[in-house]
Amino acid sequence: MKTTTSGSIQVAAAQARSRQLMSSLMLYLPLLIPVLVLSVIPLVQGIWLGFTDYKLGTTPPRFNFLDNYARMLADRDFWMSFRTGFVWTFTVTAGEIALGMGLAMILNARLPMRGLWRILILIPWAMPPVIKGLIWRFVYHPDAGLLNYGLMSLGLLRDPINWLSDFSWALPAVIVVGIWTGLPLATIVLLSGLQTIPEELAEAGSLDGASGWQQFRNVTLPLLTPIIIALSSLEFIWNFNSFGLVYVLTEGGPAGLTRLPMLFAYLEGFAFGNLGYAAALGNVMVLVIGGFVLYGVRRQAAATI
Amino acid sequence: MTLSRSTRRRAGTALLFIPLSAYVAFLAFPLLWLLSTSFKLPNEIMVSRPAIVPKQPTLENYREVLGPEGVVRPSLNTFKVSVAAALLALAIALPAAYALARKQSPLNKAIIGWILVSQSFPSILIIVPLFLILARVALSNSHVGLIFVYVVWSLPFVLWILHGFVKGLPVELEEAAAMDGASFPQILFRILMPLLLPGLATTLLYALVNAWNEFFFALVVLKDPDLVTIQVSLARFRGIEGLARWGPLAAGSVVATLPALIAFTFLQRRLVSGLLSGGVKN
Repeated sequence: MKTTTSGSIQVAAAQARSRQLMSSLMLYLPLLIPVLVLSVIPLVQGIWLGFTDYKLGTTPPRFNFLDNYARMLADRDFWMSFRTGFVWTFTVTAGEIALGMGLAMILNARLPMRGLWRILILIPWAMPPVIKGLIWRFVYHPDAGLLNYGLMSLGLLRDPINWLSDFSWALPAVIVVGIWTGLPLATIVLLSGLQTIPEELAEAGSLDGASGWQQFRNVTLPLLTPIIIALSSLEFIWNFNSFGLVYVLTEGGPAGLTRLPMLFAYLEGFAFGNLGYAAALGNVMVLVIGGFVLYGVRRQAAATI
Repeated sequence: MTLSRSTRRRAGTALLFIPLSAYVAFLAFPLLWLLSTSFKLPNEIMVSRPAIVPKQPTLENYREVLGPEGVVRPSLNTFKVSVAAALLALAIALPAAYALARKQSPLNKAIIGWILVSQSFPSILIIVPLFLILARVALSNSHVGLIFVYVVWSLPFVLWILHGFVKGLPVELEEAAAMDGASFPQILFRILMPLLLPGLATTLLYALVNAWNEFFFALVVLKDPDLVTIQVSLARFRGIEGLARWGPLAAGSVVATLPALIAFTFLQRRLVSGLLSGGVKN
């Protein structure tokens, strides 16, 4: 008697589960079709193209296993673009988070006109990347640019610099624009994290005689660690894949010094027609990102234990 | 000798305005300069000592970009594509967001996996096959093709944000309605929709702005000059004319930035709460 009841309960549970699966499948259906056709299939095809010699034109792609990757190892442009990519990604991500932390803490204090400040600091986030690039090209312009004018009238600079064509200044100049672009989002996310920290914690700290720095180091920072890790992983991915901004600013120049991996892949694919090689570069970018995200997740797990 | 606590705090707050103004100057001055340039004639632009307030302000640049050769047509193209794409993405994502937030099923894992993968793959991998697929169904170089691309491109984010908003609603409301014998469509349209409206508006606006600002896919998919979007037309303008025509370019950039900027001032607070409620409550 007892076994039949538990058996019928099991059957009922299995039925409920399959009903649940069916209803959830129905809800997902409108999403699944476009996602399969326009996202999953092209992605798989793109990965596969990375193992072919496909060129822009008529001949169909031919599988060539690891030839593209062997070619990459000997390609100086590849090494340079990935090195540039790492320098760009790490400095921009670190800069955004460090500067964003400072700004978020200022905005978290009870300042007058908070609403106005918050809107003003959002400006770079809302601007289209093409226009960001255009504006900064003008700021960095050697003859009519605001930066040269400012530095020269302050007496910090004697002769104008052509920032975006200068071998030592081009990459730093581009990185500043990268930080400028990402700072608003980093600030808003960190600010929303700061606002979840109960004020009593900070007050208790200051009553116990903790200095501002000690409070930040021992109370604020540990509580924000999960948000900081999530934010830096996302920023790492976005910055490593970034394209439009630098495309408009320098198109990768001078002499390829600001040619980020995605720009390198785009030029290989669409300027030289080496679509197979471009896809192979994309595959290596995926490996880099995957490795980094796994590492970030493991660190997050270690930090929460 | 010792200052009272409140005086010290007030002095501290006043000191914060120094770094705050530095931040605001860094973040906002390029837009200010763009505005100022858009009201200048060429003789005031290509000078070594540019002034922030134009000496002879002019509307000539705006007259030009709002004229027949200007940005009106590309703006209308972009508006059409981004509205269609955002509405479509929302309609597709809403049922899925509900399933993701409320129903336990093995599909959820696959969907979340897809969201993560699609966010972290470089677009170079997807664009070539996508372009070939669009060409096969004769949709490359067309607005419909670009709309499809934008729908799929914005879906991961739209889905994630919407699922955050659904999760933020108390499940008891639906349970109570179900107890009272309401059917699922009734629950969806009578109870959830009105509560979700602000979240839906936020997500819609965000998808709109993203499509309005997008450059890479528009550059690759559209070839016909009559079809191009505003970003592509501004980038081309720069390519052909160089810095000599900065006045009209600045005016066009102001026109292209304003809609996004206005939308974002409404969006910022709600957007972050949607993002975080999706993540935190898991």
